[in-house]
Parts: sequence; structure tokens; C-alpha cells
Amino acid sequence: MKDFPGDTASAEHGWLKAHKWLLLRRFSQIGVLALFLAGPLAGVWIVTGNLSASMTLGVLPLTDPLLLAQSMLSGAWPVLSGAIGALIVLVFYALVGGRVFCSWVCPVNLVTDLAAWLGRRFDIRAAGRLSRDLRYWILALVLFFPLVTGVIVWEYLNPVSMAHRGLIFGLGWAWTILVAVLLYDLLIVRRGWCGHLCPVGAFYSLVGMRAAVRVSAEGRSRCDDCTDCFHICPEPQVIKPALKGAARGRGPIITDLNCTNCGRCIDVCSKRVFRFRMGDRRPIEVPVELPDAQSHRVRTHPFS
Amino acid sequence: MTNESPKPSKPLNRRQFITGVMKTACGVGLFGLGLGLYSQRASSLPAWAIRPPGAIPEDDFNGACIRCGLCVRDCPFDMLHLAKLGEEVPTGTPYFIAREAGCEMCEDIPCVAACPTNALDHALEDILDADMGLAVLIDQENCIAVQGLRCEVCFNICPVRNAALTLDMQHNTRSGKHARFIPVVHSDHCTGCGKCEEACILDEAAIKVLPRHLAKGKLGAHYRLGWEQKRQAGEALVTPDVEHRYNLPEGMRYEHGGQGLIDESAPGQPESPFPGDPLETLNRKGAL
Repeated sequence: MKDFPGDTASAEHGWLKAHKWLLLRRFSQIGVLALFLAGPLAGVWIVTGNLSASMTLGVLPLTDPLLLAQSMLSGAWPVLSGAIGALIVLVFYALVGGRVFCSWVCPVNLVTDLAAWLGRRFDIRAAGRLSRDLRYWILALVLFFPLVTGVIVWEYLNPVSMAHRGLIFGLGWAWTILVAVLLYDLLIVRRGWCGHLCPVGAFYSLVGMRAAVRVSAEGRSRCDDCTDCFHICPEPQVIKPALKGAARGRGPIITDLNCTNCGRCIDVCSKRVFRFRMGDRRPIEVPVELPDAQSHRVRTHPFS
Repeated sequence: MTNESPKPSKPLNRRQFITGVMKTACGVGLFGLGLGLYSQRASSLPAWAIRPPGAIPEDDFNGACIRCGLCVRDCPFDMLHLAKLGEEVPTGTPYFIAREAGCEMCEDIPCVAACPTNALDHALEDILDADMGLAVLIDQENCIAVQGLRCEVCFNICPVRNAALTLDMQHNTRSGKHARFIPVVHSDHCTGCGKCEEACILDEAAIKVLPRHLAKGKLGAHYRLGWEQKRQAGEALVTPDVEHRYNLPEGMRYEHGGQGLIDESAPGQPESPFPGDPLETLNRKGAL
């Protein structure tokens, strides 16, 4: 059987260490859901509402900025708490990375990760090809609708809010959309939803344009080209410039908008090439990588 | 934005670029068309679903509401629902069904306070100004008050009793000696809370809350009610009223209140022109 991404890391560093970020991420995803579900299921009302807008302990409002933008484009003026909630969310994701929402919070990620796992496990290769820029077109469409029709049209389809609202307020037929996403990801386009189409992710990728938390391929000189990180990564195109860019003078920090900071590359790498970096957005050169000591600091453009 | 093509170093020529963009635009456009048409169908609210107090007009509501469910959670009576996919109500939006549980009309209106987007208009400060719909005594055949039985349950449960809902006492023509207490809704005070529909004792409620545009008729804009105009102006706006006169024999006048013809020449009891004994009239010869 084919070597599973992360098998080598598990063998060399132990299963726990090879799944550290995955476990933390699942803990975060399920924890967020649990906080929302504690009210309706156990009567413990810590958080009310859903991911579209919520209120924590009666003091902390959080609002989905993309949804609020659509609401405002339709002509509605938000209440102060709604606007503050959106601002808090924007600032948070602008710092930790926009698509941290996708990998650490969004419930659909559980579905698409399942599809990706099934694909790897049973060697199902979805052959469909789509542009990964399609999501930005759809994002434009999503914002265009309320402006023209006065209706938040996206909410009639949005699997993100359908899933989260459904789990908390009753699913109805929303499960069909999740099954559709699962099958589409598994059989039609690999990582097809989160990686190609989802306008929510596209929006957050723009929010996190100048994020402080980044994955850095600092140990890239140790890379033995096992390609485990490319196979596990939901947005594999983001890795190459950082991992293989040394020759072109590129820094080791993954600066692509669509890196979700999921940390799976850190987990599965047996050579411990990757790690999270805080604060410094500028790619730094690790001296060992440039033996000729020509340490020219090159700043990569976030849109590279 | 992202390096999607497997060989990013290979340059696209102009033709490929334009074709690619056109393909994507067409695909996204078709997808958008489908979604837009579906949303038109999915945005209609059935008459049995009532929005929470303060909800802005339905067309605007589907744009303003972000489907968060905070109003549902902050309702102390837990009578609001968030529509699920597959229901007739636009997915994710709040509504209630009056027959199951009407709005209790909290004075502090917590559902409105919870709304982050003004889909429930924060300008609503007095719950008596709420306009969720309008109660209509829609089945005037089965309402037992119309049958002449005492009920008045809708009247008694109405939170705006005696203003939004009054009882109109009418003569019971069936028995000939009883009164009927007919519930009458007044649209300028009814908030559409639905408590009347919830409480109606019939198997199927005779009084129902409807969206105002379904419940109300509308007088043509050109209509003028003469008596209203006269009251406003203080006098008739057309030719001044001429007092109506009957061509009556001298010394007689006619009283509209019920007394009829009065002979003012004879003091006391008005004398009838007809004889006391009807037989005498029948037997009389010649013209009457």
C-alpha cells in the first residue's frame, strides 16, 4: 500500500507529535461547536446565536463581517453591537490569518477534510480541474446580489452557515448540501469546495492579507522531497514558493493568502521543516541556506 | 492571485487569457442566474408565518436579516423558530406560527434588542406600535359568537383588549330575544401578536392573523367620504344642504326617529288618519 502522508513522521516522532496541530484544530472546531450547542442541548447558555452573529455571555458580540457586508449592501444599517462584532472578527483574523477561520472554526472543514481523508485512504482521485481563483469571482457575485436584488441570496446556498445553523437550530434538508459538498470534494474536484469555490474562504483570505501568524519553512534545507506536505495540504500551491524558493531568493515564510494555517504540513513533515512564526511578516533567510552568505533579504509580495 | 496552473512559468498568451476569463465569467454568470432565480422563489413568506415584532417589510427583511437566530434565543417565551432548509419560509429567517404560540408582547422587546442588523427595527420602542400582521375574523360562519353563543375568548386574551379587539353587540335574529357579541378587530390598534388565533376555541381558528397587505382592502384614491369632508371642513363642500320637507297637510310634520306623522294641530296624542278598526277601512267605499 502507498505510503500515507505523515506515516514517516509518526514513525520517527511518534503519532501524537505527528498529529499535534490536527488534534488542536479538531479541538478548536469541535470546541466552538460545543460552545454553541451547550445552550440548546444542555441549557448552558455561554454563546447564543450562530456563526452569522453571536453573543457570548451577554457581553461579547461577534458578527460575520461578510454577512454584515451583504446586509449593508442590501440597504440595511447595522446596530452598534453588530458592527462592533464584525470589527472584532475582522481584527482577530487579520492578525492570526484570515483563513484560520476555515481550518480552525468552520464546520464545513470537517466535511471536506473527511472527503480528503477518504480520497487518500481509498485512493480515489477526483480528476476535475477548476481555477482556484474561481472563489474570488463567486465572492464578487455574492456581494453583487444584495446590491442588485436587495436579498442576501448567498444564504440560500451557503454550506458554512447552513451547517452551523443547522446543527444548532435544526438541520432540515441542510444535510443534503453537506453531502453534496462531500461527494463533490471526493469525486469531482479534490479540495474542490474550500480550495476552489467557497467565497467565505475567499473573503477571509483577503482579511488575512497581512496576518502576523504564518507557517514558515525554516528548515527547508532539510527537505528530502518526500512530498507529504503537498499531499496533505488543502492548498498545496502555497507551499512551493516558500519551500523551494531558496534558489530564487524567496524567504521561507508562506505568504500566500490562501494558506489556512492548519499546521498539517508541520505535523506530517518527518524532517521538521515547518513551524509557526509570529510577528515578523518579512521572510527571513536562514543563514545555512545561503552558504555564500549573500543574505539579501527579499520581501515576497503577498499576491505572489 | 494564486499559482494554479501546474507550470506557472509557462506564459499565457492573450487569446488563452481572454478565453479563460470568458469561460469563468460565463460559468459564474450561469451559476449566479440559477441561484438568483432560485432565491426569488425561496424569498416568499407564506401567510401563516409571522415575523417577530419590528420586522421591516418582507422585501427588505430578506436582505437585512443575517440569519443568526439571536432573536430566537432571546425570546423568553421560546416561540420563535428559525426556518430550516426545505421549509416554505426563507431559510434561516425567524418566524412564528400564531396558532402554536402567539407573541407575548414583552414590554422590553428582547428579540428586537438582540438583532444585530436592524432587520428587526430598533426604532420600535413601544410594543404597542408593533405591526406583525392583522387579525381577521376570517370565518364568520363557524365563529360561535356569530352563532349567538357566548365565547369572547379572543377578546379576553387580546393584549390590547377594547382597542384592537372590541365586542359589537348585535340582535340575535334567530332567537329573536338574545344578543350576539361579535368580535371586531380594529386595524389601527391590532399588533398582529396572534394571541387571539392561538386561543380560539374552534378546531380550526375562526380568527387568524394575516399579513396586513392580505388582510386590508383599500379605497380608491379618488374616493371622498362626504361626511368626513363635511366634518373636516365644518360645512358641506357642495351646495349647502336644503332641509328636506315632505309635502304634508297643513299642521302636520314627519318625525324620522320613529314617531312618524305628527299632527301638530291636535295637542297631545297624534291622531292617525286611519280609523281604529281596520274593518272600517276595508269596508269603506270609494278611493282610500
